[in-house]
Amino acid sequence: MTNATATPAKKAVKKTRRIDAQMIPTIAAVVIFILMMIMGQALFGTYLRLGFISTLFIDHAYLIILAVAMTLPILTGGIDLSVGAIVAITAVIGIKMANAGVPAFVVMIVMLLIGAVFGVLAATLIEEFNMQPFIATLSTMFLARGIASIISTDSLTFPDNNNFDVLSKSITIIDQPKLSHDLYFNLGVVIALVVLVFGYILLHHTRIGRTIYAIGGSRSSAELMGLPVKRAQFTIYITSATLAALASIVYIANLGSAKNTVGVGWELDAVASVVIGGTIITGGFGYVLGSALGALVRSIIDPLTSDFGVPAEWTTIVVGLMILAFVVLQRVVTAVGSKK
Amino acid sequence: MMVYEERSSYTIIHVRPKYHKTVTIPLFKGNEMTDKTPIVVMKGITIEFPGVKALDGVDLTLYPGEVHALMGENGAGKSTMIKALTGVYKIDAGTITVEGKPQQFNGTLDAQNAGIATVYQEVNLCTNLSVGENVMLGHEKRGPFGIDWKKTHEAAKTYLKQMGLEHIDPHTPLSSISIAMQQLVAIARAMVINAKVLILDEPTSSLDANEVQDLFAIMRKVRDSGVAILFVSHFLDQIYEITDRLTVLRNGKFIKEVMTKDTPRDELIGMMIGKSAEELSQIGAKKARRAIEPGEKPIVDVKGLGKKGTINPVDLDIYAGEVVGFAGLLGSGRTELGRLLYGADKPDSGEYTLNGKQVSINDPATALKNKIAYSTENRRDEGIIGDLTVRQNILIALQATRGMFKPIPKKEADAIVDKYMKEMNVRPADPDRPIKNLSGGNQQKVLIGRWLATHPELLILDEPTRGIDIGAKAEIQQVVLDLASKGMGVVFISSELEEVVRLSDDIEVLKDRHKIAEIENGDTVSQSTIVETIANTNVKN
Amino acid sequence: MADKKQAEEKNNIFKKLLSSNITVEVIALILLVLLCTAFDHAFLALSWNDNTGGLAGPLITMLQESARYLMIATGMTLVISTAGIDLSVGSVMAVAGAAAMQALTNGTNVWLAILLALVIGLAVGCVNGALVAFLGLQPFITTLIMMLAGRGLAKVITSGENTDASAVAGNEPLKWMANGFILGIPANFVIAVVIVILVGLLCRKTAMGMFIEAVGINPEASRMTGIKPKQILFLVYAISGFLAAIAGLFATASVMRVDVVKTGQDLEMYAILAVVIGGTSLLGGKFSLAGSAVGAVIIAMIRKTIITLGIDSAATPAFFAVVVIVICVMQAPKVRNLSAELKRKRALKSSEKAVAA
Repeated sequence: MTNATATPAKKAVKKTRRIDAQMIPTIAAVVIFILMMIMGQALFGTYLRLGFISTLFIDHAYLIILAVAMTLPILTGGIDLSVGAIVAITAVIGIKMANAGVPAFVVMIVMLLIGAVFGVLAATLIEEFNMQPFIATLSTMFLARGIASIISTDSLTFPDNNNFDVLSKSITIIDQPKLSHDLYFNLGVVIALVVLVFGYILLHHTRIGRTIYAIGGSRSSAELMGLPVKRAQFTIYITSATLAALASIVYIANLGSAKNTVGVGWELDAVASVVIGGTIITGGFGYVLGSALGALVRSIIDPLTSDFGVPAEWTTIVVGLMILAFVVLQRVVTAVGSKK
Repeated sequence: MMVYEERSSYTIIHVRPKYHKTVTIPLFKGNEMTDKTPIVVMKGITIEFPGVKALDGVDLTLYPGEVHALMGENGAGKSTMIKALTGVYKIDAGTITVEGKPQQFNGTLDAQNAGIATVYQEVNLCTNLSVGENVMLGHEKRGPFGIDWKKTHEAAKTYLKQMGLEHIDPHTPLSSISIAMQQLVAIARAMVINAKVLILDEPTSSLDANEVQDLFAIMRKVRDSGVAILFVSHFLDQIYEITDRLTVLRNGKFIKEVMTKDTPRDELIGMMIGKSAEELSQIGAKKARRAIEPGEKPIVDVKGLGKKGTINPVDLDIYAGEVVGFAGLLGSGRTELGRLLYGADKPDSGEYTLNGKQVSINDPATALKNKIAYSTENRRDEGIIGDLTVRQNILIALQATRGMFKPIPKKEADAIVDKYMKEMNVRPADPDRPIKNLSGGNQQKVLIGRWLATHPELLILDEPTRGIDIGAKAEIQQVVLDLASKGMGVVFISSELEEVVRLSDDIEVLKDRHKIAEIENGDTVSQSTIVETIANTNVKN
Repeated sequence: MADKKQAEEKNNIFKKLLSSNITVEVIALILLVLLCTAFDHAFLALSWNDNTGGLAGPLITMLQESARYLMIATGMTLVISTAGIDLSVGSVMAVAGAAAMQALTNGTNVWLAILLALVIGLAVGCVNGALVAFLGLQPFITTLIMMLAGRGLAKVITSGENTDASAVAGNEPLKWMANGFILGIPANFVIAVVIVILVGLLCRKTAMGMFIEAVGINPEASRMTGIKPKQILFLVYAISGFLAAIAGLFATASVMRVDVVKTGQDLEMYAILAVVIGGTSLLGGKFSLAGSAVGAVIIAMIRKTIITLGIDSAATPAFFAVVVIVICVMQAPKVRNLSAELKRKRALKSSEKAVAA
């Protein structure tokens, strides 16, 4: 067969704009962030100060961690609604233990383990019992929050001289006469950045990470390709729940106190960060770096609205509308993309 | 060359000259195949679904370095057979041996590990990832820091090169390359896992002629490297061009294994539909054609109705009291044309004239309002509403045309349900049973009852007799004739030529998404007329 | 012969009753009542309160509380039947309650205030419906956003206050709606039951119920029968929003005060639970409004039980979460197959025994 060696005629590969279109939400997020910063600076003159940026990171390190956590399930088209409740239960248990004199290191380990247990529970319900992710994690959310309020409904405070302070102690890099011009950070911010790097490596440099993207593209394809779908699903929900516990550690270390109502609505802040950062809500496309950026956009809404004198109660509406706008934008972009 | 009588109001599309393509000489000659050791031996494969034997003792043998076709009409069991070999379904009886080792597949991963790779029709890759990622997914090259993307993409490039895709950058998103190239990417992926068996399930159904040739070139290359290729296609020309041997299935049973070059086309079609070549020519039309009065207006008159990628523009007219058959193999566009007439898919070209008035039928609701009804070939996904009762399933379309808040009065509803259950002889005669608990044939009767309840002027029946027992089949065929004699226009779509020829006044022959001929039924027309038309007409895409 | 047939028929009815979900629910309800009575012997006690002109007692307060669950469970049933979900019902309750209370304190006529609350609830439902049906967004994300934004909206309406309208003159009709009595029975319960019956009639006496189920069971087949699935989807979310507004009125009018954080909090979970207990699958399809209604009463009864048994009310969400998990696990194909397998094995064994004998 002479024909056998024939190569197909080369065709110019048309560069479509699909991926570029997919990037629109992320680009929009960058533009919005920059505009917000410039607007804040122009009107109030504080937004580009090093001190402002320092506090932005310190106060929202927990949100960056949660955003990374939420990116994993959303990449597969799932969701983890339990992250806020896991923050609450681990915070309550953590401070109680610290007050009982348990060393901080042990407390942190226990908190992470509790998070992991909720992750295992959610993953089992989803994978073994065919529950939809949002129902499964809605249940674990209620479970965690319920247990948290059984344990205590009081406002709990850390005892003095607990080692959680290590995480919140600020380290100044640029020292200037005025505090608001200092550049400083704390270990909590470092942890958030480490989590970010961890998320990046997990998603882009491990086979499990690639499987997560594959599931988001098409679960049945991923299964037919022989990828470890089940293992990936367990990894996702255990990771997101454990990271929620880590966010709790960073948050309570920073604040020094917590209540069982802490973290109400944080799952939505996390979803907002992820969606604003360009991850498609139906899965398959997005990245953790975008989510971190989304978290910053989400974070800057609070100072902006308060500086503008907008009543605090508008914040949730603004965030809600923002998620909606981005989800609709994604929908339009995918619809246009699939038509092509 | 066939010549048909001229009929004034009809467009006759003449069958084009004979097909002249050179047929590839198979790799093996005569019985040389049996001298080799087979890679895969499947023996007595039986798979049962609740109430149905999808496969009943089917054999399949694949040799290294051959292209083997799995042939059969819809429901013959081809895809079930493929799913057995790829570990998607567990087999209830029979053995699968790969390279002499008996295998028990508990999932697709097991089959892959045994060296069996599959490329499905709907290309099971992840369109959200890049070409290179898809090729290497699950087999990425790793370095000290996890996946080493440079090495991975380099590896992907070499595999792509084997597929003649060296011009494609592995970083290109998969969604931006054509389906044809995606298929080659899927084959490249099979090379990564070092497959010994490559299953290609309907790979050519969405490719144009050039792309098919590209694919075939690669298939030959892969075959020559010693891989066994199992090829499924409904395009007979392609089967004759690329395959060495073929196994024919019908109704879940093994029919025959033959060398492709020794098997004439009409004999092959005969095996697939269950009639010998002689039988095919013997069975003629048993029906007197309905005469069209001069000046009579058709119910439906469409000009250039088509949808890109689905069916090329078609001219068609249907008169009251006429049965128009759509004949063609699966993938010929027979179902797609029916769906366009009903507005189930939105046409993107053509004029639609209904009783002399120009209309645009863009969705089923509009079609029903215009007295057009369509009974789907896909009874389970698009036909029955499983958990609703037989009664509700009969009434729902009529109710939808009347409007949600104008309930059909109970008395009238009872009468309608009673009438159509009797007329269609639905068993069991209990209207309050969920339709999902009925047999396939009775579900079909209920569905036809549903459409009749809307009093259509044009009824499109797509595969109304598929997968149902002989008795129900005959009843449904009789119903078709009765309806036409009462003045309804009926479109009858079926993969069984025998019933198309027996029931239709006119037969539209379709091939590769084109209407290739319109045959007026008569004493000289038989199944073989249609088979020859399909076999001898070459369609250029 | 005839006797036999009759007996058989009776037997069948009995069997049907036994296998029916509602029977199981009623039994569960009775068990809960018995449990409470065992703990608190006065639980079943009913007395006549001359001040209110109605019955009084633990069961009566339970019925009063169940009214709001009846409303949201009814809306949720229709939404879940289409294989969707409405997580915003709790927030819609807060919005509607806030609107009514704020309007009252601003001096609006009480009827206008009620109308306003209902219109706002309906509007939020319509927005949900439009996003799901016409933009094709996922129901859970759409209604999740609305759950968040709804709370914000409630706060905006009251400027973040927990508006109290108890001192406003002329608020009696609304007060009566929540605390009044009709023939000695709580008015809100009566109203809720009447509305459930009306929705039931609307579903079953017109083709609406059938169309909703059809869309939930098989949207593509429904489209092929000429139903317009988008319109149906829009409709169910609109209804859910409207009914949630009524629930919001019940919840706020009982104290004539809206708590922008707590009004309707967690109630989406209760509604989902009532629907699941009522036998409607979370995957959509056939629905039972009666089942959900009894489910709603069970929810109220569980809450009452928790209080009666002296369990910390903080445990309620955790308890409900466990119930949902258990029910969903029992509905999972894996478990169902397992029980079918066990049955088959048992049948095999018994037939073996029979053969051996």
